[in-house]
Amino acid sequence: MEEFFQQLTNGLAVGGIYALIALGYTMVYGVLKLINFAHGDLFTLGAYLGFTLLTSFGLSDRVGPLLGVLILALMVMGLVALVGMILERSAYKPLRQSPRLSAVVSALGASIFIQNSIMLVYGPNIQVYPHNIMPDTVIHLFGMPVPLMRILILVASVVLMVALYLFIQKTRTGTAIRAAAIDQGAAALMGINVDRVIMLVFLLGPALGGSAGLMVGLYYGQVNFTMGWVYGLKAFTAAILGGIGNIPGAMLGGLLLGLVEALGAAYISIAWKDAIAFGVLIFILIVRPTGLLGERVADKI
Amino acid sequence: MNLLRVEGMTKRFGGLVAVNDVSFSVDEGEVVGLIGPNGAGKTTVFNLITGNYIPDQGQVLFDGASIKGLRTHKIVDAGIARTFQTIRLFQKMSVLENVLAGQHCRMTTGIFGAFLQSPKARAEEQAALDLALEELEFVGLRHEANNLASNLSYGNQRLLEIARALATKPRLLILDEPAGGMNHQETDALLELIRKLRDRGITVFLIEHDMSLVMQACDKLVVLEYGCKIAEGDPESVKNNPKVIEAYLGPDDDEE
Amino acid sequence: MNRTLISYLLSFALLAASPLVLNRFWLEVLNSVGLYAILALSLNVILGNAGLYNMGHAAFYAVGAYCAAILNTQLDIPILWSLPICGLVAAAAGALVCRPIIHLRGDYLLIVTVGVGEILRIALVNDIFGLTGGPNGIFGIDRPFLFGYKIRKPHEFLYLIWGFVAMTVFLFYRLRNSRFGRALDYLREDEVAAEGSGINTGRTKLMAFAIGAAWAGMAGALYASKMTIISPESFTFWESVLIFIIVIIGGSGNITGVLLGAFLIIGLPEFLRAYVGEFANARMWFFGLAMMIMMIFRTQGILPPGPRFFRLPKAGKEVSS
Repeated sequence: MEEFFQQLTNGLAVGGIYALIALGYTMVYGVLKLINFAHGDLFTLGAYLGFTLLTSFGLSDRVGPLLGVLILALMVMGLVALVGMILERSAYKPLRQSPRLSAVVSALGASIFIQNSIMLVYGPNIQVYPHNIMPDTVIHLFGMPVPLMRILILVASVVLMVALYLFIQKTRTGTAIRAAAIDQGAAALMGINVDRVIMLVFLLGPALGGSAGLMVGLYYGQVNFTMGWVYGLKAFTAAILGGIGNIPGAMLGGLLLGLVEALGAAYISIAWKDAIAFGVLIFILIVRPTGLLGERVADKI
Repeated sequence: MNLLRVEGMTKRFGGLVAVNDVSFSVDEGEVVGLIGPNGAGKTTVFNLITGNYIPDQGQVLFDGASIKGLRTHKIVDAGIARTFQTIRLFQKMSVLENVLAGQHCRMTTGIFGAFLQSPKARAEEQAALDLALEELEFVGLRHEANNLASNLSYGNQRLLEIARALATKPRLLILDEPAGGMNHQETDALLELIRKLRDRGITVFLIEHDMSLVMQACDKLVVLEYGCKIAEGDPESVKNNPKVIEAYLGPDDDEE
Repeated sequence: MNRTLISYLLSFALLAASPLVLNRFWLEVLNSVGLYAILALSLNVILGNAGLYNMGHAAFYAVGAYCAAILNTQLDIPILWSLPICGLVAAAAGALVCRPIIHLRGDYLLIVTVGVGEILRIALVNDIFGLTGGPNGIFGIDRPFLFGYKIRKPHEFLYLIWGFVAMTVFLFYRLRNSRFGRALDYLREDEVAAEGSGINTGRTKLMAFAIGAAWAGMAGALYASKMTIISPESFTFWESVLIFIIVIIGGSGNITGVLLGAFLIIGLPEFLRAYVGEFANARMWFFGLAMMIMMIFRTQGILPPGPRFFRLPKAGKEVSS
């Protein structure tokens, strides 16, 4: 029971991180029908920027650990969002009218570029986050010990997801994003500035991805410059699991994937942990290609 | 004899009944028109016959045998070829290559045949080329053989689709709005072409909005409205059918 | 004789003469280019011709390499004898993988093939069936024997590998200009129209995967015998991405373009490493940048394919490709 509870909370925390990254994939895919392969590396960038800001400013010493990490998270999100926007303007915007495959290759190029930029700046070795930022508090839930960090990550990711969901559902701008995802042409005819929507999506997605990077840094204590591949692939899997283009789907898919992986690793085999995620993906695509929350549309002939 | 028989065919998309219990038949050697207002379900009927969709209920019989549920290429193989309402040519390929696509199901050379290029494979290839050129000649596009499909005019693209369909050696040819986007001369030429098709012994089943073409070309009409068949018969009787007039002009309530 | 044929003969003649002037290092680079050329040509059938986004091609490469290694180390079957077996096994793997996912389109197919590639790699690391040797892989694989002569030195491998490339180019040209090759084009251009013209699109996709996988498998066997040691590290996601990029940058669908792509993507970074030594670390960085710039300014790749034109009897414009 204890073991199960630990894996459950761990799975939810990791799942929350997957979900945050998956949101970036799903929003971009919704509007541009593009797999933004560089998204995983924006996530890595978030982790590395968090590392730099942590070690250079010593924020938590001045304003306390919680507020310090909060300010840090906002800075990381802002910076990664900026990089995301620049990426869209330079690598994707010129390719809007090109065949889809060209944009995919450009995205792969961007991914390699960002990954190696990080490697050139920070060096190829693993970077270790400072240990003393957050107190190693363990709290007791239902009589079982859970690291505070784990709870905080889950709470933070849920707060971010709910905020995004409300923004998309309740605001005018959110409606514009949803409209552009359904039909760009029609949205443009209705007076929606599709270009602005795309820019916004490339601010929001990377911001969330960057925050996820910071969380991974805080949770595991170390980051490396290639980790974006694996996290990116898994998060994309989560997005497809929930139904690509579907925002609640990405959240559900992320949490589910985190859970399945944690429990699978614990009860089936740790060595096959990474294969579990892909196995689930293939299974879902075979039995329900539109994902859990995606809608089936008849092909127009 | 019925070449094509559709019995009680129904297709739903979610809550919408696109085709509702439709039955009709097409006789060998006839030219039959399927008409009705926009959104009546005409193209859906075509897609149900050609296997692009599978009917929820009902039966589709071709030459006495059921073709319901068969994959599209099997149905083409059985002898039903079609053109598309929104032109679906292989735009970046040459006109001749487009027609060769139709020959594919009548050829047998496989991968190893291609590697070895046996005399038999070469002969088959040459025969396919000759036949494709003949079909291009038939629709009057022979001189465009090495042009790109995308360079053709709208009307000629429709003719090219017909040539591609003919290259499958069909017994039944299904044309979805063949005169769409054609000017007067082209439409007249199309009428002539449909007559030539009948002379070749090919049965034609077409959707068309150009009533003058429909009236001149067809031996029989089937009329759809809101997914239901409202009339079937020769063009004259269909033209004077009050239900058909109402479907096209709306009910004349205000005169009462 | 047309110009393409002449330039091919000239290029292969140059390659055959290259051991006279090139040192060991550059011969190894050429061998590497040759192996990737075979891999890229095989992916080109799937991705370039049939338009199926396969980003897990390294899986079939791995199947071939491990098949050759296992047959050779456990059953003492000579590498070159096992070549057709490796091809067949990889083709069967390709068809097997493709069968359930045949209906998936575009990006869905892409991500599933990525998943298949990763699952296979993890299976290799976990020493599946006790045959793959786990993370250390398999070592002690024999060098190939050709007519009793042991192939061992770089220039000997050059002839073996580039001979295989030449055969592949010859066969794939024939394939492209055949009924099957056209079917792949129709499939890529418009699947609905292809099926509506009587082409069995499901079967055609399956065949494309089988052919592509077969050649990747044979490339794997050559690789295994060249390295004499193989491990899962050689068949990562990155490997699949590299092959994918060669096809797209070179000119998706065009055999000559894909060959140029292999030289550019595999050869150029080595060139940079050798002559711009201090930038050795930055070569991948340049590479990523170049990919973005390339796609923006030359979307179709270096040499995109053109339509086939046929010599027509009698009237009509006479054009030949």
